[in-house]
Amino acid sequence: MSYDAPIKELGETYLLPEGTTPHEVTETISRVTEDKTPRGWWLLFLMSLTALGAMGGALTYLFVQGVGVWGNNAPVYWAWDITNFVWWIGIGHAGTLISAILFLFRQKWRTSINRFAEAMTVFAVLCAALFPAIHTGRPWFDYYLFPLPNQMDMWPNFKSPLMWDVFAVNTYLLISVIFWYMGLIPDFATLRDRSKNLFRKRAYGFFALGWRGAHRHWQHYERAYLIFAGISTPLVLSVHSVVSFDFATSVVPGWHTTIFPPYFVAGAVFSGFALVTTLMLICRSVFKMQKIVTVKHLDYMNKFMLGTALLVGYAYAMEFFIAWYSSNPYEQWVFFHNRLGWGMLDSEGNWGPLWWAYYTMVFCNVVVPQIFWFKRARTSVPIMFIASILINIGMWFERFVIIVTSTYRDFLPSAWGMFHPTLIDILTYLGTFGLFFTLFLLFIRWLPMIAIAEVKINLPGAHPDLHAIEALEEPGAATAPVPAE
Amino acid sequence: MVEQAHNQSSTKRPALYLAEYDTPNAIAKAAMKVRDAGYKKWDCHTPYPMHGMDEAMGLKPTKIGFISFFFGMAGVATAVLMMKYMNAWDFNFLDIGWGYPIVVGGKPPGAFPSMVPIMFELGILFCGFATLFGLLGIIKLPRHNHPIFESERFEAATDDKFFISIEAGDPSFNLDRTRALLESTGPTYLELIEEGA
Repeated sequence: MSYDAPIKELGETYLLPEGTTPHEVTETISRVTEDKTPRGWWLLFLMSLTALGAMGGALTYLFVQGVGVWGNNAPVYWAWDITNFVWWIGIGHAGTLISAILFLFRQKWRTSINRFAEAMTVFAVLCAALFPAIHTGRPWFDYYLFPLPNQMDMWPNFKSPLMWDVFAVNTYLLISVIFWYMGLIPDFATLRDRSKNLFRKRAYGFFALGWRGAHRHWQHYERAYLIFAGISTPLVLSVHSVVSFDFATSVVPGWHTTIFPPYFVAGAVFSGFALVTTLMLICRSVFKMQKIVTVKHLDYMNKFMLGTALLVGYAYAMEFFIAWYSSNPYEQWVFFHNRLGWGMLDSEGNWGPLWWAYYTMVFCNVVVPQIFWFKRARTSVPIMFIASILINIGMWFERFVIIVTSTYRDFLPSAWGMFHPTLIDILTYLGTFGLFFTLFLLFIRWLPMIAIAEVKINLPGAHPDLHAIEALEEPGAATAPVPAE
Repeated sequence: MVEQAHNQSSTKRPALYLAEYDTPNAIAKAAMKVRDAGYKKWDCHTPYPMHGMDEAMGLKPTKIGFISFFFGMAGVATAVLMMKYMNAWDFNFLDIGWGYPIVVGGKPPGAFPSMVPIMFELGILFCGFATLFGLLGIIKLPRHNHPIFESERFEAATDDKFFISIEAGDPSFNLDRTRALLESTGPTYLELIEEGA
């Protein structure tokens, strides 16, 4: 039909089944927000609220008692708090990758999952931002982190990577929110125009800002979208690089590594894709969206997971190589004793007690994704569901391994210690799931979970074929009578 | 099917003609005709951004990139000035508090390399907000109401139908001639929308 039609000679086909109409797309996606709330939704929502409440209790206790209620203690000063922070923010990165980087690479299949992943980004970054804020000990002084004029003439130290983190994470949160909202404007208009009652019409109409689908608007809108994709791409790479600087700029063995920025970014994208897959598979079957999120989409996502798993596996191997090649005994100790658990025994002849965390990580992040070499696994919903959950467990362990196994036995044996999480640690972590899923469930209930307008761009015959139109008119023009002199 | 809302109340005046089309090719063809007829205040309304319509409507490229670029650079400059003021210079600007030159890790106050991450982040932040608000400024949204929403049929503009509107404010607008032009493009529906005085 037009220039963006699939090339039949290369075996390309349309992303969505041929014959899918725009109205069908609108209907399938909007219906979720219009139908009666399913009972399962209420069940999950109450469970999430309960977890959120547990977090409220855990945080109150934390604020009253201080960070001593966590298991963090010398020499492991960072433990679950920063593990969870890095894990959550990594999850968020898939959303930006899908909405921005895949947009720049013209990967049209992203349109079926980008809204969903962007929402995940926003909520995951909120969960992530919580941990640095509460781990400061006296969170009511958190405003010190921002360069606000104050009576003490006290300014932040901008040479600290922790300050870079403050700016990176906050910028990331704000940019993700406005990018997400900008994408939602046309879909708010769709929901507004479908509204049957006045309240819905007013509420969606408010957020739709009076959008009327004018092409004079779309023209600027599309360019603005491109600019957002263009700035979000380096942003997402910078955010996790800055997070990795928190570790890499220190002199702790196991942290002081130049491979950290790309290694962290690859890991972030990897875990984010895994969570998108987990949640998408559930929503897809619950809300019957198999026609919009097809097996082809899932296949692409699994290929991404395989690719990033290989990157992460390479980083693991390279860390070991450098530890060996550097001949630095402290570095080697961390990798061979603390992580692998073998090669060097401590003074009492024990193996490193946290070896199991390392093997869990390698199994989940490197071994499990290899199954995606097989097309049958990439297109099988149960296999990818289980694999995606294992990957998320593995990625949590990756951060745990980096943070705890690097610090619990480092330079001086007299300063060695061990880390044990407390109940408050566990409740706080579970509580962030409560926060995430509460927001997420509200999102899938009230907002279009798939970008309606963007999916329509990819429908067969969605765009006019100007050349064909002009070619049709030309013969008429050629035979038009030539005006007499 | 071509019909017209007959509302001959004297307090109403015509606001725009609204023509509906079923297919992308139909609206693109119609848009070319309206473009060639020399109208200025007219628009196509589509449920999704339709490629090729810039050409069919004869639109100039958007300039929103200049806004984004300018504010992005302003963000970078802000970051440099902020960090220099707070960590390198030593004076009290507008009584917000004295800057305080500090030496950390043996680097001089205001060393450039450690400023790069925050320069980058603030540049992105300013650019992002400028792009969103620049976009809303250029397309003049949010807008409380528009006569086009008077039409019941227009609700499909965000679903699966394509519309062309020609506003009465256009210098070439003429009730009969504009109507004839739109009729010649073969719309599935044509309506004159009026607004209350």
